[in-house]
Amino acid sequence: MSVAITIRNAVKIYGKNIVIPDLSVEIKEGEFFTLLGPSGCGKTTLLRMIAGFNTIEGGEFYFGDKLVNELNPAKRNIGMVFQNYAIFPHLTVRQNVAFGLRTRKLSTEEIRTRTDEFLELMQISEYADRLPEKLSGGQQQRVALARALVIQPDVLLMDEPLSNLDAKLRVEMRSVIKEIQNKLNITTIYVTHDQEEAMAVSDRIAVMNRGVIQQIGSPQVLYQRPANKFVAGFIGKTNIITRALVPQENTSKLLISDSYAIDMPVIHHQERKQVLVSIRPEDFQIVEDTEGMAATVNDSIFLGLMTNYFVTLETGERADIIQESTINSIYSKGSTIRLQVNVEKINVFSEDGAKNLLLEE
Amino acid sequence: MNQLKKKRTPLEVWNIIGLSILLLYVLFLVQPLFNLLKSSVVDNEGGLTLAHFKKFFSQKYYISTLANSFKVSIAVTFFSLLIGVPLAYFYNLYEIRGKKGLEILIILCSMSAPFIGAYAWILLLGRQGLITKTIEAILPITVPRIYGFNGIVLVLVTRLFPLVFLYVSGALKSIDNSLLEASENLGCTGLNRFFKVVMPLCMPSILAAALLVFMRSMADFGTPLLIGEGYRTFPVEIYNQYVGETSVNHNFAAAISVVAILITALVFILQKFLANHYRFSINSLHTIERKKIHGIKNILIHLYAYLLVFISMLPQLYLFYMSFRNTSSSGSVFTKGFSLNSYRIALKRMSSAIPNTLFIGGISVLVVLFLAVLVSYLVVRRRNVVTSTIDSISMLPYIIPGSVVGIALVITFSKQPMVLTGTVTIMIIAMIIRRIPYTIRSSVAILQQIPMSVEEAGISLGASKLYTFFRITVPMMKNGIISGGILSWITIITELSTSIILYTSHTVTLTLSIYIFVVRGTEGPAAAMATILTLFTTISLIIFIKVSDGKEMVM
Ligand SMILES: Nc1ncnc2c1ncn2[C@@H]1O[C@H](COP(=O)(O)OP(=O)(O)O)[C@@H](O)[C@H]1O
Ligand SMILES: [Mg+2]
Repeated sequence: MSVAITIRNAVKIYGKNIVIPDLSVEIKEGEFFTLLGPSGCGKTTLLRMIAGFNTIEGGEFYFGDKLVNELNPAKRNIGMVFQNYAIFPHLTVRQNVAFGLRTRKLSTEEIRTRTDEFLELMQISEYADRLPEKLSGGQQQRVALARALVIQPDVLLMDEPLSNLDAKLRVEMRSVIKEIQNKLNITTIYVTHDQEEAMAVSDRIAVMNRGVIQQIGSPQVLYQRPANKFVAGFIGKTNIITRALVPQENTSKLLISDSYAIDMPVIHHQERKQVLVSIRPEDFQIVEDTEGMAATVNDSIFLGLMTNYFVTLETGERADIIQESTINSIYSKGSTIRLQVNVEKINVFSEDGAKNLLLEE
Repeated sequence: MNQLKKKRTPLEVWNIIGLSILLLYVLFLVQPLFNLLKSSVVDNEGGLTLAHFKKFFSQKYYISTLANSFKVSIAVTFFSLLIGVPLAYFYNLYEIRGKKGLEILIILCSMSAPFIGAYAWILLLGRQGLITKTIEAILPITVPRIYGFNGIVLVLVTRLFPLVFLYVSGALKSIDNSLLEASENLGCTGLNRFFKVVMPLCMPSILAAALLVFMRSMADFGTPLLIGEGYRTFPVEIYNQYVGETSVNHNFAAAISVVAILITALVFILQKFLANHYRFSINSLHTIERKKIHGIKNILIHLYAYLLVFISMLPQLYLFYMSFRNTSSSGSVFTKGFSLNSYRIALKRMSSAIPNTLFIGGISVLVVLFLAVLVSYLVVRRRNVVTSTIDSISMLPYIIPGSVVGIALVITFSKQPMVLTGTVTIMIIAMIIRRIPYTIRSSVAILQQIPMSVEEAGISLGASKLYTFFRITVPMMKNGIISGGILSWITIITELSTSIILYTSHTVTLTLSIYIFVVRGTEGPAAAMATILTLFTTISLIIFIKVSDGKEMVM
């Protein structure tokens, strides 16, 4: 049985180091929720607070409507998958999976059938009687998952579970994880620093930086309407340039270059203000038109479907551009091109990068 | 508000265990040491005095025992390093024939009680010694005598260089082969490479080994007692003052003991200080590959290794031979031919030695392991004031000479409310105290290899803390624990300096029985018991090697 998780005003302090100053989040029942952020931002810390392995210096943690702050980790009914799998090396695969059932004092018969069920589900039945040291990383990961899930936990916690696998296996295992989560419909909190992985598996993602949640949203929202400069830079690639925004009647004019300005649905009352414009590489368009800003091609990489250009804008900034490859025209080094931007898709942040002006009503 | 609630953590099971262990330490270690200290500063009427210390430092004779001890320890440390470091280097860098057997023999050299070596060397090189007489009969020279400084150093070096070998081998095994290849690429080879690359990398281990050798030679008293003759060392003086036939002065013995502890503590601190200068971590992916070498170099290396082992094993081999020689019915005179007489006499006169050894050794090892595993867990996983205190206290016996442990225990447990002197219990307690620091260190090392997350996995699956500890942590430590136990077993059954102060006729062990036979001049039975002891240690060592499977050895 799955539960919703509510965290209110969580605080975590190590000595004098405030790792999490004040964090609130609500995770819905059955949701695949990911904590994403750079290394050292406090993801593991938060996850271990939820699991009960870290002390809580402030705030409330609820599973459903039950306050769990003081609840012993053994009694929280969580399934946990660790970065290094934490498989018990002296127990066979079957004994590993059955461990949590044993502590719950189920009948031998029930332990047997449930263990079998999950060995089957994770496709590790054939290794059931082996010791884990003989298994590959991917297989160990499956054992860890089976062991965490067989106890029918209220919530599944995973801390960078794929980081010890090679690239190919990582992609394979993440779809296994996603599939199982869908099937069992269990509330899942997943920690990773890899934005691509987060996008691939999550229903919703919380982007964290320095112990503070920057934005919570679906992968699509985070990518298309990042709440601030940090999220824009962390999720996918983007070019950030500083430009002036001049008020019009119901909109504002964004002056991209001397000869190129676009209308943005942003209202403000100053005469003219500096803003940060975030343009993703694919939101530039190379045009034959005369309108647009000029740029010089420094280098290009042909990637097959797409071609990546590194350019210097006429205003001096460097930018990454990605375009669908066409048969005839790869712009050579040193050539001058003209660029327009996809007005709908670009984002405009306040000068300090703290907020997205397009998200303000 | 929430924060306040956190502070009052319930008395969880590990806290109770921690407090109980601390209590044991206070009762059986801190209290005796305190009593020793007290005893060193009171006079016969019970008044406070520093007279004992004054006496010690004002008389040339006592100072000279101290100086002698230092001379011996420095010489032994120097020669052990001189012999042991190259041996480890050759052993790990070059292909040596029969290297597995050689290693077992090297370790075996370190595992007999030193006084047995001393005794055998007297039989070989003493006034009436076999080698002495043979040589002097053939050649017109006088063989230099073994008694005194030279003999002590010879006996201790042949017994302690294996420690250097083991420590340095351990360090060499953790050096990545690419480091050696890199230095070779840069044109640094041979001796140059040894001094510029290998030695510095092994420095922490060399220092640790040097400390251990120094402490062992400082504390050993069986050797100087037997072979020292006029050459008095410090521990012999403590012993004589305590149980000596002539002038027994317990308070003075206590005072000398305190001086001994201070000195070893100083050496310990000095070593720690030096070791901090050489701390670095190496992660080795490819351990050093042994190279095959040819020609004269190859022969010299083999000769060096095997000759060294042969010389060090010589005492045990000779005793083995002597044990089968025919003896008179008293056991003190050898007669023609061979027989099992010595064994018969030995086992008849000291019938309880073997059962005592098994009982005292067995119980001590079990308790040591049990406590060491708990302490290591507390120290590694539950750091707090109590466990840090335990951690520091538990290292105390490391710097206390064995005879001092014995004296402190006698002072404390010979009066009400706890009279233990003369019992098997006090022998067991002494053995536990002597051995526990080493076993704790090795358990800590094992535990640090086990990631915390494995235990957390157990707890998150609903297991209690104790269940997780006994079902997950302990089984994962199992191999390390067993090999640590065997090593403790070997050191305990060959222990002399503490047990000689504590034993009575009911608690004679194998090692003690050898000592008694030697002192009584019954050579055959002494050799027989020594051979039995060697058999015990050899079997234990072989089991150890099977269990530990090439892992490092913490002595
Ligand atoms: N046990 C601890 N003691 C002190 N500081 C810690 C401890 N664990 C984590 N930290 C600190 O908390 C911060 C967040 O760490 P962590 O949660 O592990 O980051 P993440 O998992 O996002 O990489 C880091 O600055 C780290 O140094
Ligand atoms: Mg982390």
